[in-house]
Amino acid sequence: MMTGLPGVAPEAAIMERIDAIAATRDDALAVAAAVRADELLALGEAILERWLQAHGATPTRQTLEGFRLLALHRQAAKGDPGFNACRETCRELVYHRNLIRLDAAHPETPRRLRLAAMVARHLALFIDGRLQAAALGEFCCSSRPLREHDATLHE
Amino acid sequence: MSGKHRKVAYYPGCALEETGHAYNRSTKELGKALGLELVELENWNCCGAMEVKNLDPKLQTYLSARNLAIAGKMGFDTVMAPCNGCYHNLKKAEYDLGHDAGSREVVERLSQKAGHETYEAGGVSTIHALDWIKEAIGEDGLKNRVENSLKGLKIANYYGCMYTRPRHIFPEKDKGPGSESTSKPHFMDDLLAAAGADCVEFPLRTACCGGAHTLSDSDISTKLVLNLLTTAEACGAEVIATECPTCHTGLEMHQVRAEKVFGRKTRVKILYFTQLLGMALGLSARRVGVQENLSDASDLLRQKGLG
Repeated sequence: MMTGLPGVAPEAAIMERIDAIAATRDDALAVAAAVRADELLALGEAILERWLQAHGATPTRQTLEGFRLLALHRQAAKGDPGFNACRETCRELVYHRNLIRLDAAHPETPRRLRLAAMVARHLALFIDGRLQAAALGEFCCSSRPLREHDATLHE
Repeated sequence: MSGKHRKVAYYPGCALEETGHAYNRSTKELGKALGLELVELENWNCCGAMEVKNLDPKLQTYLSARNLAIAGKMGFDTVMAPCNGCYHNLKKAEYDLGHDAGSREVVERLSQKAGHETYEAGGVSTIHALDWIKEAIGEDGLKNRVENSLKGLKIANYYGCMYTRPRHIFPEKDKGPGSESTSKPHFMDDLLAAAGADCVEFPLRTACCGGAHTLSDSDISTKLVLNLLTTAEACGAEVIATECPTCHTGLEMHQVRAEKVFGRKTRVKILYFTQLLGMALGLSARRVGVQENLSDASDLLRQKGLG
């Protein structure tokens, strides 16, 4: 599946990879767990890159609190407060990645990786939904209505 | 426990009269069981929800401000709104009227036209049902009243996306120990843990439930909800506790739809936190409206000795 966005991983490929990690058996997940944790973080970045490029922006290469994912989120949320509905999802992805990297041999690592994959999947679904619904206007908190400039109902 | 909020104005909002009726019932029953008094706003109106806000944000501010004005006229300085959408909108109106002259001008003009008092910023504060129980009773107060511990019940607490966002309209949050956190809310965890529940770590506690897409793209909503449900199960939860009628209804409806459309069955049950606390205080499942939920938790509750 093509996104039509140059240099951006196709949505289906991102989701397939997330689903594959989430579905991997515990013993297999324990192998190269730190690499997989970094991969999930990179997939999160790719998801936000899709959103930014779809809106004509160049995804930042900068980091926030040491993570590009958080910088990308901040970039995307600028002027679009409803985008903050995925702020904690991004932070949870970073948190799980850190937890895994801190002690990859921990017995909880496979479960943590699976949860990280589910968090990444939520980010992908959220962005996908917003991309599809963009033409319908915002329905979330701090909405930016389609007709805010011609709204005259209170006048 | 500060003993605050023992008698507050109550703004149920439209959802609690319809799909969220069980939340309305359980909130009232919980209040009664705890000796707290709720006085429903007289002649309240819609908070403006999402629909009016999309058409005209200042009209939404007016609609919410009218409810705050009613609370003030009834002699209250606090109004409790259990619905995340209503809570958010009333808080937003408080903020906008304190910071935006344009909003104040519109609210004043429309209030005069409608023939009622204009809400003055700062006159009434909005709290959520979680704040209400936390501040009026507190964890220790709850512990002392528990008759039917939730011990052994594994709960994922789901706060949804509107309870803490945007941060600037909730100046009382993020004030350190004792206050609610906007990045990692915990009031529901605190209260249910005080009632004996085993609250699991749930990484999607504030993630989007897809409520906004329910009509425009049901499949996206179903996929988002399915991911919330499967993640809660992966965290070991038997129950997802909710504190918003929109999230609650979405979780229930899309749990059914996920099975019908995608063939994905999940077993986790969905209950309002007020229902769980009510049962912990010894109220029957029927009394707190469990039979009104779409998600049938009766077997689980019997197995746990609840209800």
